[in-house]
Amino acid sequence: MDRLQHTTRYIVLIGAAILFLVPFLWLISTSLKTNDQIVQGSTSWIPRPLTLQNYANAFTSVPLFEYAKNTLVIAVFSVIGALFSNTLVAYGFSRLEWRSRELFFLVTLATLMLPFQVTMVPLFMMFSRLHWTNTFLPLIVPCFFGNAFYIFLLRQFFLGIPRDLSEAAKLEGASELQILWHIILPLARPALLAVALFQFLFSWNDFLGPLIYLTDQSKFTLALGLANMQSAIGLSDFGAMMAAATVTVAPVIIVFIFTQRYFIAGILASRAKS
Amino acid sequence: MLFISPWLIGLVWFYLYPFAASLFYSFFNATAFGLGSFVGFRNYQLMALDPLFWRSLLNTIAYTAGSVLLGTFLALSLALLVPKRRGGSVYRTIFYLPMVVPFSAVSIIWIWILHPQYGLLNHYLQQFGVSPPGWLSDPKWAMPALVIVSGWSIGNMLVLYLAGILDIPAELYEAARLDGASAWKRLTRITLPMLSPVILFNLIIGLISGFQYFVQPYIMTNGGPADSTLVYPLYLYRNAFQFFRMGYACAMGWVLFLVLLVLTAFVLNSSRRWVHYRG
Repeated sequence: MDRLQHTTRYIVLIGAAILFLVPFLWLISTSLKTNDQIVQGSTSWIPRPLTLQNYANAFTSVPLFEYAKNTLVIAVFSVIGALFSNTLVAYGFSRLEWRSRELFFLVTLATLMLPFQVTMVPLFMMFSRLHWTNTFLPLIVPCFFGNAFYIFLLRQFFLGIPRDLSEAAKLEGASELQILWHIILPLARPALLAVALFQFLFSWNDFLGPLIYLTDQSKFTLALGLANMQSAIGLSDFGAMMAAATVTVAPVIIVFIFTQRYFIAGILASRAKS
Repeated sequence: MLFISPWLIGLVWFYLYPFAASLFYSFFNATAFGLGSFVGFRNYQLMALDPLFWRSLLNTIAYTAGSVLLGTFLALSLALLVPKRRGGSVYRTIFYLPMVVPFSAVSIIWIWILHPQYGLLNHYLQQFGVSPPGWLSDPKWAMPALVIVSGWSIGNMLVLYLAGILDIPAELYEAARLDGASAWKRLTRITLPMLSPVILFNLIIGLISGFQYFVQPYIMTNGGPADSTLVYPLYLYRNAFQFFRMGYACAMGWVLFLVLLVLTAFVLNSSRRWVHYRG
């Protein structure tokens, strides 16, 4: 490739990368400006003077700390549920032989194509009847019953573990559960981590779920609380909004940057299907 | 087998039962408090006569078409530009980052960037002498604005294209180069055909997620101005949780499912003509 093509390529690439980062940088920059500066249309990237007042305001005008706590609770329990149920199920789909296993697996995959809007209303009505609305239960409990994407991911991984390991253990009289716990799981750590990270991210970012099930403001998650804040003070206190958004966004970005290897591996595992 | 049991329960409880119940409820005057009276196909008849139903369907189709076209173009182009070796993962991270944050945060960030007076976009557009529109407050520009914002969330597609590109055997390119093929020829005769399965996959995923697009219009425009961004899931949500017309909402849900099924089948069918599988 000649010089000109090479340089053009990198100009476009770096330009695009900068454009992709701009919204985040602008978010942080605005969160550090006073509302006066913002209203005056300040377009400087590094505000002078810098202020943390917006963060203080954000934490006092809405129960931001509560939101963070709620989000963390939901996320942690969802991850536990996801790891527990999906490893069992994936084991059943990969290391055990039984009739119509593959057919059932296809049915499982089909659930990935089902839009949430189709099941949303009956689910809500059912949770209402159980009096689970306005609790975290509708958001956490389903995670304990499996999810097609994680089943698929873990199954692919389990299939790659050599059969001889299981055979040898069986000869020594180990039960399937023992094989799963002592042999398969230790080898499957990257896949398990991927599942944990995906579920953590999903719970942290989930909006529709909290929207329809949670009614007490004190129970809101960060994602939902942000939206609520926007309709309350979004048109007046821009600075606080940006600060709150930064607080919502920072943890997941940091988690992602340190664990991206596992995310990417998880995404790539999903393409083997179609 | 006992190992599958959590999923057996989950499948029935959270997927099969609500799926069937949705169809069942659509024939009733259901509200949040119960089934209500049996009304047969009335919900569907009302839907056919409801201008907002058609508007929201059109809006969702428009959004999906726009975001899939823009997204595919961006994701493919950028994936082709990203270096295959050193530094590639840095770009990959940067382009994937917007996918990691909540959609509501994406909404807040972009409401701010698209702000008619204090927004970054209009500031720079004005510097170039363009008199920019009010974006989210302009009925003609609100939907295009949302489509543009969707271009920020192409990380997933890009990662898959990157992996697909890395999978293409280098010998194909070498042979082409020896034959004197131009860069364009190499792109259209080797790269794109070899990527066609991934393109198909991303297309279907894009279709399914475009039809579920809800959070950004809910927060950024609430369906306005003048219902220009009233997307189907948003209208469904309103019917269920603001008007409490659960039966009607269920009917809408099933129509969504059927429309999606037809479109997916159509795409898969057409794919036989342009997707090239190795083998």
